[in-house]
Amino acid sequence: MKTRIGVFVCRCGNNIGGVIDVPNVLEDVRSISNVVLAEEFMYACSEDSLSTLKERIKEHGLNRVVVAACTPRTHEPLFKRCCEEAGLNRYLFEFVNIREQCAWIHAHEKAKATKKAAGLVRMGVGKAFLLKPREDIEIDITPSAMIIGGGVSGITSALNLARQGFEVHLVERSDHLGGVASDFKTWFPDREGDRKLSHLVRSIECDENITVYLSSKIKDCSGNLGAFTVVIQDGDKERTVVVGTIVIATGAGVLKPHGLYGYGELSNVMTQMEYDNLSKRRKEKYKKVVMINCVGTRVTERPYCSQVCCMIAIKNAISVKESNPQAAVHILHRDILVYGTAEEYYRYAMELGIGFSRYTIEAPPQILGEGSGDTVRYYDETAGKDIDISCDLVVLSTPLVAQEENESMAKLFKVPISEERFFLEAHQKLRPVEFATDGIYICGSARWPVDIRESIAQGYAAAAKAAIPMHRGRVFFEAITASCDEKNCSGCGSCIEVCPYNAVDYKDLEEDRKVVEVNQVKCKGCGCCVSACKNGAMQQHGFSDYQLLSMIEMMA
Amino acid sequence: MKKIDFPNKNTAHNINSAIKPIIIIGGGITGIQTALDLADMGLHVYLVERSSSIGGRMAQLDKTFPTNDCSMCILSPKMIDCARHENITLLVYSEVVEIKGDPGNFTVKIRQKPKYIDHLKCTGCGDCISKCPVKVPNEFNMSIDTRKAIYLRFPQAVPKKVVIDSDHCLFLTKGRCRACEKVCQAKAIDFAQMEKLVELNAEAVVFATGFEPYDVSKLKEYGYGEIDNVITAMEYERLISASGPTGGELMRRSDNEIPNRLAFIQCVGSRDIRHKLYCSSVCCMYATKEAILAREHYDNLSATIFYTDLRAGGKKFQSYISRARDEYGVSYLRGRPGRIEQSEESGNPIIVYEDTTTRELKKTEVDMVVLCPALVPSEAHSMKNNPDIEIDEYGFIKIPDRIFSPFDTSRDGIYACGFCQAPQDIPTAVVQASGAAARVAEFICTANVR
Repeated sequence: MKTRIGVFVCRCGNNIGGVIDVPNVLEDVRSISNVVLAEEFMYACSEDSLSTLKERIKEHGLNRVVVAACTPRTHEPLFKRCCEEAGLNRYLFEFVNIREQCAWIHAHEKAKATKKAAGLVRMGVGKAFLLKPREDIEIDITPSAMIIGGGVSGITSALNLARQGFEVHLVERSDHLGGVASDFKTWFPDREGDRKLSHLVRSIECDENITVYLSSKIKDCSGNLGAFTVVIQDGDKERTVVVGTIVIATGAGVLKPHGLYGYGELSNVMTQMEYDNLSKRRKEKYKKVVMINCVGTRVTERPYCSQVCCMIAIKNAISVKESNPQAAVHILHRDILVYGTAEEYYRYAMELGIGFSRYTIEAPPQILGEGSGDTVRYYDETAGKDIDISCDLVVLSTPLVAQEENESMAKLFKVPISEERFFLEAHQKLRPVEFATDGIYICGSARWPVDIRESIAQGYAAAAKAAIPMHRGRVFFEAITASCDEKNCSGCGSCIEVCPYNAVDYKDLEEDRKVVEVNQVKCKGCGCCVSACKNGAMQQHGFSDYQLLSMIEMMA
Repeated sequence: MKKIDFPNKNTAHNINSAIKPIIIIGGGITGIQTALDLADMGLHVYLVERSSSIGGRMAQLDKTFPTNDCSMCILSPKMIDCARHENITLLVYSEVVEIKGDPGNFTVKIRQKPKYIDHLKCTGCGDCISKCPVKVPNEFNMSIDTRKAIYLRFPQAVPKKVVIDSDHCLFLTKGRCRACEKVCQAKAIDFAQMEKLVELNAEAVVFATGFEPYDVSKLKEYGYGEIDNVITAMEYERLISASGPTGGELMRRSDNEIPNRLAFIQCVGSRDIRHKLYCSSVCCMYATKEAILAREHYDNLSATIFYTDLRAGGKKFQSYISRARDEYGVSYLRGRPGRIEQSEESGNPIIVYEDTTTRELKKTEVDMVVLCPALVPSEAHSMKNNPDIEIDEYGFIKIPDRIFSPFDTSRDGIYACGFCQAPQDIPTAVVQASGAAARVAEFICTANVR
């Protein structure tokens, strides 16, 4: 069938028409063979223009359409749909941006802008010649999710998804649910926290949509959004399940500060967690408590702020004071980090008589005493001298640290981790609970140290992201993916290394030859593999070498 | 439990569905994200925004910490996704005035202000704007420059449709002009439009009404409005923005000169028992960002940040502070200045403060002071007409169980996310936005199974 190309140029009122000589562009493009129609619109996107476009496709038997207008980000889907409604495959449409790329950026050089616009339109035609019909990639989504980690964020994701009607597999490596939060005995300001957490755990156990795997870990994972095959290992037993989505909620550990401030050597030096776990009677024994914040954190080897420790210190200090108002409690800190209205608890602590003093990292506090600490000495910047505080207990506020397993987990799920070994989300600002890989989500302290409230909020957020494809049941992707021509592939693997989505992998050909294969669901069409391929074996649909060369030829 | 099929999960609207739409109040990044997530799940969403474009505060920011991503560049695609989404109906220039009824069956009354433009016809070409003779302070640019009476809130506005400001339009106030009507080729001007009250039936309501800066002129000691070149952080954002009124030049209002000595003051009205007790949560970081931007723009500029506690707990925040200090030479000075005076000779602001490291009272003259104000819940939503939703002592929407039910307000079926319920930064608000979407989906599924 003869290629019949229709070209439509939009004036966008004065936005394009005020700078670019549109009739001139049309005249130029009419000279190209196979262009059977070239016309202009005042606003190509208006309802009546779209109807006209559809009529033109039918009456002129157009089998390729080029629209030169504004940005594809906003308008390409509109014109593609319009072509489809006129019976033309949506991949036979080509969009050219002559507003941002010509009229706006060259507003003061009208003649040159017109020349450039004509060139861009010619290139669009050059590509349109070689466009091929394709269909969107369509995948079915298994309506079940795997949640890895049974702490507060994992529990939240699991319950939320189960209550939305999805099947949930919750995998926890320890023998109980609740994570780090369940290790705390006292809660503040919500003193009912431990009871509420137990209630959540019970809700999980009672929910018929949730299967819990305790003392279990993930041995293997393959597949993609919609159908991940995950192998769960419990001792010698293995179980394979297929899930549509995966939420990583493996949390963080609490640093044991061996070698710092006499921890492990002096009998009365302990961590906030250890203090929290003491019996009420033991707690009451201490009359002079000094807490030191930022222990092992905001230092060269661990430069980050763990965000939760100030509040935990304040919580424990309040509990000392409330159980024993005569006790002296002192918090030595570098900055008190309590965001938002949590400031109220900081104030409350001060009102209870808890002392807050800043120490500097240049001269950190020292603990004096034999066998046990009896004095904490620190340099007080404001007083300009060393100050000694008598103590019978020293409590160290230590940060949350990345789990040891994060590296192996990252390899297993092919997702990135940061230099601090926390998981790295797709975009820090706007995609905080997603990975670049579709179908795998992240929440809680596995991503970055967060308190219980934020862990729960993130648990919900990750559940929303996982629920989206599962509610839809079937997801469509634009078919501008890469694929490999096996004849020309040398199996060098350069493409595998550069793919940011882990979409490329080896496959064995029969005659004992390795080639690569692109997972059409994981591929996002970025083109990295295409440019890395030395043999021209890798080509991207809609942006193939011969299509691009044809565009360049139109300019020659 | 059975799985509920959401009505619009793949194709066009299924208007016969038993599941009613969700109403989201506030078209900032939080409301946008909640709308997108719910719409992607297959639910019909109304996104109600009181100004003429969605985008909210984030649209006014130049860059965002700690990645220094251009704010509009990352926000704009989301705004466009909202406009394009077949499950989202945008109601701009509109305000929710009343919520009645029961969870799963609310009646929400919405006031739609007259735009005097037929938004179905307007193409956003802007021809009318150039012809409009009236100039009005431009609120999007913090009144640093002017806009016309017929205007787009900002160039990337969504919907990209103009509105006429009835307080200033010559025809609407004085009965003459109609210049816009003559030039509009799309015939979109419609002076006959009236205010409309519409009632929508809704499954659930989500508040995402955000914040506004506290009026720093209430802190007399800092002389805002009286001393030249004492500005607010929001004004600074517009000045340093390449798309702002000065094209990204940090020009002083007094003489259009670029400052050499720049100071930021934290906690202006925050953590202050006379004003707002709470910490506004974002100022340490955005002041650091603003200082970095100034240093990137101008080699000779020095930037000092006066702070109370340096609160930088979020992901990669500490390394951002270190970069500001070590690579950009930003100084951090602990202390809350007592007052700002004006130099009699130069007219420059003089900051009076105690240096807590030397315990000395000091004075330092600078060329420009940026006040980082307390951020307070947006007035618009406080729903004075709606006594059923509780507000806390600071005006934030009350979340009775903050830890375990982080989006549930005092009323079933009504949720809140983002800054309107507690001070927070953009990533936290985006988390909350998605989280609230999950909570709404759960609410609808459990309610419809029962």
